[in-house]
Amino acid sequence: MDRKIVIPGEIIASGDSLPGEWTEKRGSDIVALRYGLVDESNRLVKIIPLSGVYQPRMGNVVIGKVRDITFNGWLIDIGAAEDAFLSVAEVPRYVNKGGLDEVMDIGDMMVAKIIGTHKRSLDLTVKARGLGKIEDGMIISVNSNKVPRVIGKEGSMVKLIKDESKCNITVGQNGLIWIKGDSVEDELFSKKAILFVTEKAFVSGLTEEIKKFFIKK
Amino acid sequence: METSNLTGKTIQKYLNEGKRFDERKLEEFRDIEVEVGVSKNAEGSARVKIGKTEVIVGIKLDVTTPYPDSPTDGNLMVTTELLPLSSPRFELGPPKIDSIELGRITDRMIRESKFIQLDKLCIKAGEKVWNIFIDIYSLNDDGNLLDAAGIGAVIALKNTKIPKYDAENEKVLRDETPETPLPTSNDIPLSFTFHKIGDSIIVDPTREEEDFSESRLTIGTSGKYISSMQKGDEKELTPEEFKHIVDLSTQVWKDISKKIEKYLK
Amino acid sequence: MTKEFKRPDGRKIEEMRPIRAEVGIIPNADGSAMFAFGETIAIAAVYGPKKMHPQHMQNPEKGTLRCTYNMMSFSVKDRIRPGPSRRSMEISKITEWALSPIVLIDDYANNVIDVHIQILQANASTRCAGINAAAMALAHAGIPMKGLASSVSIGKLDTQLVVDLNKDEEDWEEGEGATDMPITFTDDGKITHFQLDGKITPEQLKEVVDLGKKACVQINEIQKKALKDALKKEE
Repeated sequence: MDRKIVIPGEIIASGDSLPGEWTEKRGSDIVALRYGLVDESNRLVKIIPLSGVYQPRMGNVVIGKVRDITFNGWLIDIGAAEDAFLSVAEVPRYVNKGGLDEVMDIGDMMVAKIIGTHKRSLDLTVKARGLGKIEDGMIISVNSNKVPRVIGKEGSMVKLIKDESKCNITVGQNGLIWIKGDSVEDELFSKKAILFVTEKAFVSGLTEEIKKFFIKK
Repeated sequence: METSNLTGKTIQKYLNEGKRFDERKLEEFRDIEVEVGVSKNAEGSARVKIGKTEVIVGIKLDVTTPYPDSPTDGNLMVTTELLPLSSPRFELGPPKIDSIELGRITDRMIRESKFIQLDKLCIKAGEKVWNIFIDIYSLNDDGNLLDAAGIGAVIALKNTKIPKYDAENEKVLRDETPETPLPTSNDIPLSFTFHKIGDSIIVDPTREEEDFSESRLTIGTSGKYISSMQKGDEKELTPEEFKHIVDLSTQVWKDISKKIEKYLK
Repeated sequence: MTKEFKRPDGRKIEEMRPIRAEVGIIPNADGSAMFAFGETIAIAAVYGPKKMHPQHMQNPEKGTLRCTYNMMSFSVKDRIRPGPSRRSMEISKITEWALSPIVLIDDYANNVIDVHIQILQANASTRCAGINAAAMALAHAGIPMKGLASSVSIGKLDTQLVVDLNKDEEDWEEGEGATDMPITFTDDGKITHFQLDGKITPEQLKEVVDLGKKACVQINEIQKKALKDALKKEE
C-alpha cells in the first residue's frame, strides 16, 4: 500500500478521474496542489497532506493551552492559524464573573471539542465526558498530519500503545497528545512508542514494526 | 506555543525522580554534531548541533588601528543574531536569554580565558592590528543556544587562518589562500550553563526545560581554571548548590572537550 | 559565438554548477530547505499560516506572503555588518513577487506565511538560490501551491550568454563586461521574476528567456527529488 508522494504542480492522473481535496483539474489532467500522498478510490483522487499547520474541523477533539482570558471566556491556542474561544457557557459548571482564572488560568492545558468554525475563529466546548482541564501527566507534540497513524484503523494503534505502556492516552487532532500513567517510567515508555510511530508514520508495514518495538521491550 | 504550566509541573515531578523527558541524566548533554569550515568566505567557521539546537559561527578578520590603551594587541568583537527562522518565538519579542546577553557571555568566556593570543595579532605597534569578528547565528532553538554558541565559537576560532596582508599597500589579500593559523591557547575554554528547576540542577536544557529554569549559572572554564561566570534569572542559589555546580563544571568540561577534541586539531 | 567560449571555471555555456538541495533542515519551522549552486548556499524556513502581527497589516480578504532575505556577515569575503540593508530589503520584496503567483492563500484571510531566507555562503546568484530554497520550503510546509518556482541567473559575458553566473563571471570586465539577469519560472513555464543589470540587445534577451526556461526545468527536477527524498529520510 505504498502511496505515491507528489509535490505541488505534479500531474497525478489523467482521463476521467475526479479531482478531490488538494487537487485541481487542468484540461484532462489532475494536478496536485499540495505536498502529500496520492489517495485514489472510486475514481476520486485526493492528496493526504504530509505536513503543514493543523487545519481545524468541526467535531475535532483538540488539546489546547489558555492564551488569554476575557470577561466571558478563554482564548485558547490550539496550534491553528485561527483563534479558538471557549465561552463560559460551554463549561459544565457555574463560573463566577471575574472568577474565570480560578477555573482555568493562562498557561493551563485542556481537552476540548470544536463546535463552531467561522472565518476568523473557532468555538470550543468542554461540556462532554473526557473533556476539561488537564491536571497531570505529560503532553507531547507531533505533526497533526501524523495523528491518523497514531490513532490507527478504528483506534487500533493507540489502543495497542495504551495496553503495552499501561497509560491513558488522549490524542488531539491538532497533534498534541496527553499521556497519563501511574509512573514516570510508564509515561516515558508511552512517549517513546508514540514517537516511534510518528517517525515511521508514512512507511508501510508500520503495524509489524510497532509489534517488534514492543517485543524488544 | 509557550510551554504550559502542566509541563512545568511535570518536568519538576520527573526531576524529583532523577528523570528528564528525553531520558537523559541531569548532568548529561544531548548528542553533539559538528561541521567545520561550512562557510568558505569566512576565515574560520563551524556549525554545531546540540540535539536539535543548531548554531553557525563565522570568523572574519580585518585590519584596524588598535585601542590606545593596548597598542600592540588585536581586538575581538562578538555579535549574536537570534534569527527569526530558528524559532516561532523570536519574532514576537526578545526571548528569555536574549542575543545581547548571549553575545556578552560568549565574549567574556573567550576574552577572560585569553584563548586568543591577542598580543600576537600586532602588525605595526600603535598603528595596525588584526580585528577578529566572531559572528554567531542561531539556526534552530531547542534550548541551550548559549552553550552551543560557546562551543561553536571555540571550534571556529581553532580552525581560523589569518589572511595574508600586504603591508606596503595596506591591503588584506582575501583572494590568496591563508596559511597562518590564528594563535590560540592549547587550553580550551568552554561555557556551560547550569539551570535550577525546583531543587534540581540540570545541564543542557531543552526549550521546554529552559522555560522553567528558575535560576542559571554560566561558567566559562578550561578544566583547570574558571575564568568567567554569570548568574542569571531571579531565584537564589544556595552555597551548596553553587559549589555543586562548580564541581559539575569540571566534569562536564571533561566530557564535552573529549567529544569535540577532534575538531580542535 | 563561433569560437568555444572559456568560462573561468571551465564550465560549458549552459552548464550550471553542481546543485545540492535538501528539505527539512530546521526542525522548528513548518517547512524548511537548503539550496546550493556550487558555493552559493541558501537556507529558507517557512512559518505559517499563522495570525499576522502587527494587526494593522492583516488583510481581511486573503493571506499574506512575507519574505525576508539576509546574508550572514561572513558569507562574503568582505564582512557585511549584521542586520538588514537596502539591498537585502529589495531582494526580500523581489522574492515575495517571485513566489506570490504560485501560492494559493486566498483562504488564509488575516494570516501570514513568513519565509525567512539566509545566505550562508555567497558566490553570486544568491537571490536565485534563495528563491529555490524558499519554493521547496513552502511546499514542505504544506502551503497549497499551483506548482513550484525555479530561479537561475543568466549572464552575458562580453557578447556570450552563459547559465548560472558565479562571482568571477559577475565581475567580468572584458569587452562589454558582464550583464546579470536572474530569472524565475513557474513549473508551467511562466516568468514571475526578472532583473537585468548591464547591456543587451533585444534579440539576445529573447535567447535569455529560452536558456532560463531550459535551466529551470532541470532545477525543478532537483527540487522535486529533494522533497520526495525527505520522506525516505524518515525511514
